[in-house]
Amino acid sequence: MSKCKVLLVDDEKEFVTALAERLELRGFQVLVALDGQRALGLIETDLPQVVVLDLKMPGIGGLEVLKRIKAQSLQIPVIILTGHGSMKEGKEGMDLGAFDHLIKPIDIAVLIEKIKQAAQVFGCT
Amino acid sequence: MKLKERWRSITGGFLSFSDEIPAPERYPLLRRKIVILMIIVTVSPLSFMAIINYHQYRTSLNSEIKNPLYLQADSTKHTIEIFLEQLLAAMQFIISAYSGEELSHEQTLKRIFFVLKREIGGFVDLGVIDTNGIQVSYAGPYDLLGKNYSQQSWFQETKIRGVYISDVFMGYRKYPHISLAVMHQAGALDGWIIRATIDTNKFNEIIASMGLDPESDAFLVNSQGILQTQSKFYGEVLDPLPISVHWSGFGTHVFETSDPQGRDILVATAHFGQPDHALVLIKPRSEVLKSWYTLKSEIFYIFFVSVGVIVLIIFTLTGILVKRIREADEHRETAFRELQHSHKLSSIGRLAAGVAHEVNNPLAIINESAGLLQDLIGHSGEFQKRTKFLELTDSIIQSVQRCREVTHRLLGFARRLEVKSEKLDLNRVLKDVLGFLEREAINRNIDIQLQLADDMKPIFSDQGQLQQVFLNILTNAFAAVKDYGRISITSWVEDSDTVAASIEDNGIGMSKETLKHIFDPFFTTKKEYGTGLGLSITYGIIKKLGGNLKAFSEEGKGTIFTVYLPLEAPQDNGR
Repeated sequence: MSKCKVLLVDDEKEFVTALAERLELRGFQVLVALDGQRALGLIETDLPQVVVLDLKMPGIGGLEVLKRIKAQSLQIPVIILTGHGSMKEGKEGMDLGAFDHLIKPIDIAVLIEKIKQAAQVFGCT
Repeated sequence: MKLKERWRSITGGFLSFSDEIPAPERYPLLRRKIVILMIIVTVSPLSFMAIINYHQYRTSLNSEIKNPLYLQADSTKHTIEIFLEQLLAAMQFIISAYSGEELSHEQTLKRIFFVLKREIGGFVDLGVIDTNGIQVSYAGPYDLLGKNYSQQSWFQETKIRGVYISDVFMGYRKYPHISLAVMHQAGALDGWIIRATIDTNKFNEIIASMGLDPESDAFLVNSQGILQTQSKFYGEVLDPLPISVHWSGFGTHVFETSDPQGRDILVATAHFGQPDHALVLIKPRSEVLKSWYTLKSEIFYIFFVSVGVIVLIIFTLTGILVKRIREADEHRETAFRELQHSHKLSSIGRLAAGVAHEVNNPLAIINESAGLLQDLIGHSGEFQKRTKFLELTDSIIQSVQRCREVTHRLLGFARRLEVKSEKLDLNRVLKDVLGFLEREAINRNIDIQLQLADDMKPIFSDQGQLQQVFLNILTNAFAAVKDYGRISITSWVEDSDTVAASIEDNGIGMSKETLKHIFDPFFTTKKEYGTGLGLSITYGIIKKLGGNLKAFSEEGKGTIFTVYLPLEAPQDNGR
């Protein structure tokens, strides 16, 4: 089984780098994008197995990224991880086909569990 | 306009009161004030009218009664006067028509006396007295011929006034009599006097002809108050009259007084000029005023009955009125409180979402950074104070966890997720929730009594949310009861559209003041442990599910929460 390749998309640099390092320590291959544009690029070039996506970002927002992923009929599961309270956007994300909707801050164990569930199709760990 | 405002301020001022007066006392006070105001407004014109009526009627009745009395006394007086005039005229005629010689002749005088007795009546004797006061001739029962009257007062008075009428005296055969004397003032007999004694039967006849009722009395009295004729109630002839009569000399007067027997009487006095007598007519007031007394009692009767009816109606009406006002006030207050509550909920919801977002992101950074720190420490080898570092990062992560719980609750509170509708068994939901708390119940020896309806209908509602609802309520119940306490869970079918479940504990209960606020966000009695959101979230969820939540509590005795749920929860009621 190959290592799971996870793409973290979030504009909070401190958060995303710390989380990336922690995931790497737990055996994930982690890609980091600080905005939507770069995230879309990485999806195309690096083909991550799971995307962990923030919703509120400058430039292309999380929902837009999700839409474009789905528009390309990509089978990458997307886990929304946001600090935003508005359930409206979360629900919209779910409607757009997100795998799940989680709220920050999150226990790393829970996140890993979700990533594993999402990545099951790819058979990675 | 100013008057109008003034009036309004007076009445308004009377009916308003300070808000500081507590509600339970406010309504009886309002009622009392309205009652007083209405009684004043209705009863005072009524009393005023009754008093005016009373006085007016009394005045007119008095004059109505006094008038006939006056007329009767006056006309009788005239009759007596005419009778006396007639006698005096007859005597005047005799002394004028006959010569001194004829009148001195006893046979002639006796013949005249006889004619007088026959034609006029009442004459007892008749005498002729010359200028020196010597009786020159006499016809009558006594032997008075040659008697000298010159020193007697009546002779002097006749000399001066020409005419004399005496008071009554007891004369011949002890009958009351009066004497009359007339002086001739021309011709040969100038200065001669003719004198007659007559009995007073004629007066009695005249008085009898007045046709008085048995309670009334009439008599003659002289200026000294001596009865001149017999009175029915006040004595015999020549007795003093026991009633003081107002003696004004002339004319006729009517006045009210009371007699020695204590009867209230109306007295009419008609004065003669000559003699100095008065005719007194007495009627008892009670007799005269009989109709007045009847009317008076009728006025009083009607007055008191109407006042009674008015007061009764006012009391009933104000009772109803104040009750309505009270109900309206309470209704408004409840509605206002509910509105306030929902306003509070929605603004808290908006605030919560914003705060949660702002707080969640930095929290996430702290969480991940501390997590990373822990990971790094975990992966590094042994170094000084490694354990201390691990403990510190652990406490950071735990604190973040606590913050997270708060923000998640806030978010949960703000949530307006669509209701997931699935077929549920309420009894099943209750049992599931109870499952979470079973361990605590066993540990604390809490007696859980389940009384679930056998005929429970399936409902269409949101399982997760219902679980949260019952979990919240049960958690509170567990917090309220002491070890070995009791919690009863009951479910039943309320009606064709509603099912219900109640959770009753025998814990510490709540005061009325607390009970009022338990559904308010951030209201808590748990001080540092609670967020004050549990019950307001619960309330919000139940409302969203189309149900209702009622709480009943008694301090020291326990609390009952009752949840009512529709068989089918309304679909997405949106924002």
